[in-house]
Amino acid sequence: MMNLTLKIWRQKNANDKGKIVDYPVSGISPDMSFLEMLDVLNQELIEKGEEPVAFDHDCREGICGTCSLYINGRAHGPQTRITACQLHMRSFNDGDTIYIEPWRAKAFPVIKDLIVDRSSFDRIQQAGGFISVNTSGNTQDANAIPIEKEHADKSFDAATCIGCGACVASCKNSSAMLFVSAKVSQFALLPQGQVEATDRVLNMVKQMDAEGFGNCTNTGACEVECPKGISLENIARMNREYLAASLKG
Amino acid sequence: MSILDSKIPEGPLADKWTKHKNEINLVNPANKRLIDVIVVGTGLAGGSAAATLAELGYNVKSFCFQDSPRRAHSIAAQGGINAAKNYQGDGDSTYRLFYDTVKGGDYRSREANVYRLAEVSTNIIDQCVAQGVPFAREYGGLLDNRSFGGVLVSRTFYAKGQTGQQLLLGAYAAMNRQIGRGKIKMYTRHEMLDVVVVDGKARGIIARNLVTGEIERHSAHAVVIASGGYGNAFYLSTYAMGSNVTAAWKAHKRGAFFANPCYTQIHPTCIPVSGDHQSKLTLMSESLRNDGRIWVPKHKKDVEAIRNGSLKPTEIAEEDRDYYLERRYPAFGNLVPRDVASRAAKERCDAGYGVNQTGEAVYLDFSAAIERYGKEQAHVKGLDENDTALVQKLGKGVIENKYGNLFQMYEKIVDQNPYETPMMIYPAVHYTMGGLWVDYNLMTTVPGLYAIGEANFSDHGANRLGASALMQGLADGYFVLPYTIGDYLAHDIRTGPIPTDTKEFEEAEAKVRSDIDKLIANKGSKSVDYFHKKLGKIMWNKCGMARNEKDLKSAIKEIAELRDEFYKDVFVPGDQNEYNEELAKAGRVADFLELGELFAKDALEREESAGGHFREEYQTDSGEAMRRKEYQYVSAWEYKGQPSEAVEHKESLDYENIEVKERSYK
Repeated sequence: MMNLTLKIWRQKNANDKGKIVDYPVSGISPDMSFLEMLDVLNQELIEKGEEPVAFDHDCREGICGTCSLYINGRAHGPQTRITACQLHMRSFNDGDTIYIEPWRAKAFPVIKDLIVDRSSFDRIQQAGGFISVNTSGNTQDANAIPIEKEHADKSFDAATCIGCGACVASCKNSSAMLFVSAKVSQFALLPQGQVEATDRVLNMVKQMDAEGFGNCTNTGACEVECPKGISLENIARMNREYLAASLKG
Repeated sequence: MSILDSKIPEGPLADKWTKHKNEINLVNPANKRLIDVIVVGTGLAGGSAAATLAELGYNVKSFCFQDSPRRAHSIAAQGGINAAKNYQGDGDSTYRLFYDTVKGGDYRSREANVYRLAEVSTNIIDQCVAQGVPFAREYGGLLDNRSFGGVLVSRTFYAKGQTGQQLLLGAYAAMNRQIGRGKIKMYTRHEMLDVVVVDGKARGIIARNLVTGEIERHSAHAVVIASGGYGNAFYLSTYAMGSNVTAAWKAHKRGAFFANPCYTQIHPTCIPVSGDHQSKLTLMSESLRNDGRIWVPKHKKDVEAIRNGSLKPTEIAEEDRDYYLERRYPAFGNLVPRDVASRAAKERCDAGYGVNQTGEAVYLDFSAAIERYGKEQAHVKGLDENDTALVQKLGKGVIENKYGNLFQMYEKIVDQNPYETPMMIYPAVHYTMGGLWVDYNLMTTVPGLYAIGEANFSDHGANRLGASALMQGLADGYFVLPYTIGDYLAHDIRTGPIPTDTKEFEEAEAKVRSDIDKLIANKGSKSVDYFHKKLGKIMWNKCGMARNEKDLKSAIKEIAELRDEFYKDVFVPGDQNEYNEELAKAGRVADFLELGELFAKDALEREESAGGHFREEYQTDSGEAMRRKEYQYVSAWEYKGQPSEAVEHKESLDYENIEVKERSYK
């Protein structure tokens, strides 16, 4: 069992200034997940009649992309290739002090405590993250479009992005290039995606800029912190797509 | 004559859907612009329905409690989606998928609905590929398939262990296209708290903005509930933390009958509970049973040694292992349906053969598959098939390719490497086959109120087969509801916008406000989680994998008492006009506390064993489920103020195209 000191960002709402508040917790089992440790703290706060710490979470199995904690200065905490909900307390030691903060980015305003507004990500997807095919059920047979396995696999790898925003939170420029390039790449690698390729990349990048995300300076922090291991190759691919589209357009 | 009219079209089974589509009313494109539809939930069913309705021209308002429609819990579905494509040439057909689904559901589902599901299944795959969903492919560039429990063909399409994610992102992309066109107005971080019924028709909802706490009125000509299942009544489950019954339950309280609430799927392969702190359980996809073999030790002394740490599972000789599924069900082996596999695991653990400290775990072992694949790869590559190290390496590579993310997930949670030592698994609550009663058009007993996906009851009977939930969600949303809803909305082309300043909206809003105010003002001494966990324990112990009359009666009593205690003593911190997760949770748990009682009542009434509903009193000599002909019906419950006063209506199930037989997987 572990005793820990938590230093947690508390902010009543978007207009509040916010500050770090200290909370000691004890009796933490190494088998608990990080979020279960926060559950323990919240139950204690509720028992004392205090307001629990607000944090985003839902599936608790690393796939929905809801959880978004900046733990000891790293998105999703000290382990790589996992989300905060998959992080277990065995990654910490008795007596540790743990800083827990929200994602910090202009395009992700804080809603409350550790919860941020990531609707900017949705708006980027709405600008072009789709293939314009109606759901008539009368499209061609699925096997009429053979796709080279290597391309299909790479497209899948890009498509595994969970939209959590760790890439933005980890980037010193708060750039969303990894996120946007994952969707652009998924479609760029498939024949179905070619028809609208020009508009897609131009519109998505335009929306990304409008949302206030920063530029990419190739530091690669996003790739390191991405819980799904989305590769920087995708950014390179998007840059090629963008260049080609700009020349065409 | 029952008051339930399932509206199944006349004619031969295979022609019903086509005939129905040809005969129902249509709304012309210009008139669709005058009609509003609300869709609650953005999972596979709700997301695909919202996108398709908007494409057709309706004005759609879509609601989800998550911060983005992409996060609905369909995202977590792992293994795959069924479709009767017969790409493998292994004898699959629409009829066979229909047959497997009805049999898998233990003959407790509606023939016509299931046949339609099988019929449109192939369209789903075509549609998703056209949308750019990156399914797994073979080297020839064509789509790959795998096999799931309860069937003898390979009809499951997949994208590694993230099929739900890829399909949901496909539906989300289709939604985004319509949001961009202004045809869907998206309300995220909104929770539906009531249905508004005007002149007997569903005409809107009351929703709470979870960020600001504002209570909002939204009107429409029809309301679609796509809010998923209610397995979180058990507290511990593979559902997301936020998954809840509230939208469906409020619909029930406004007149929608609730069907077969006791039909719950307890999935055999989940990571076992590790302690009291546990907040949720994690599924290990059924697809793992394609390659994993399930076993426990044959001898109690080995069980003891494993539990005290003096013996490793890898040290137990082949002949000292009990591959109990292969032993009991030689025809289907490790690929028996979920209900059968779960009960068999419980049987072994109850007999004292569980392999972890709590005695509630069995092994899922990949060593044989690693060796088999390794040898195959060595052979293909012209390498030495007798080089153990090489074979292991190659075999692990194949397994990683197929299930990599699942193995990684397991290792992160359990801190053991499943490539080297067998996984430990145990059954957990995973899906609910019961839900709002709907007719063939997917309309509930309230006109204009529809229920699709897991939120309805219609396709899976008493047990759902693996990879069929994704199929049903997308079938309902892409290909069924968009047709059938037109039949109803055709009568609304001259109605005009539905006003929200009417007494019905006022009354519904006032009720929502007073419920919230009561929770905030209560200032009791116990947290919401305290009650939720207690409810979960009652549900798991008395309404879980095995049920009996005595336990169910006591569950009904205990849940009613717990509900009283909840209203007396729950404490909800903060206030209603802000982001307040405890308040949202309190409302959801209040509804689970009512649903739980109806669930137990339904299980008590159903004096037979069928699929996921196992009554200890009704089993064969060999411990298999014993169905009873007199229970060949759907129980649909009408709300009458209290769960204890709910009135049961019965829809008889007639099987004209399939012979009702003993369901054997031996």
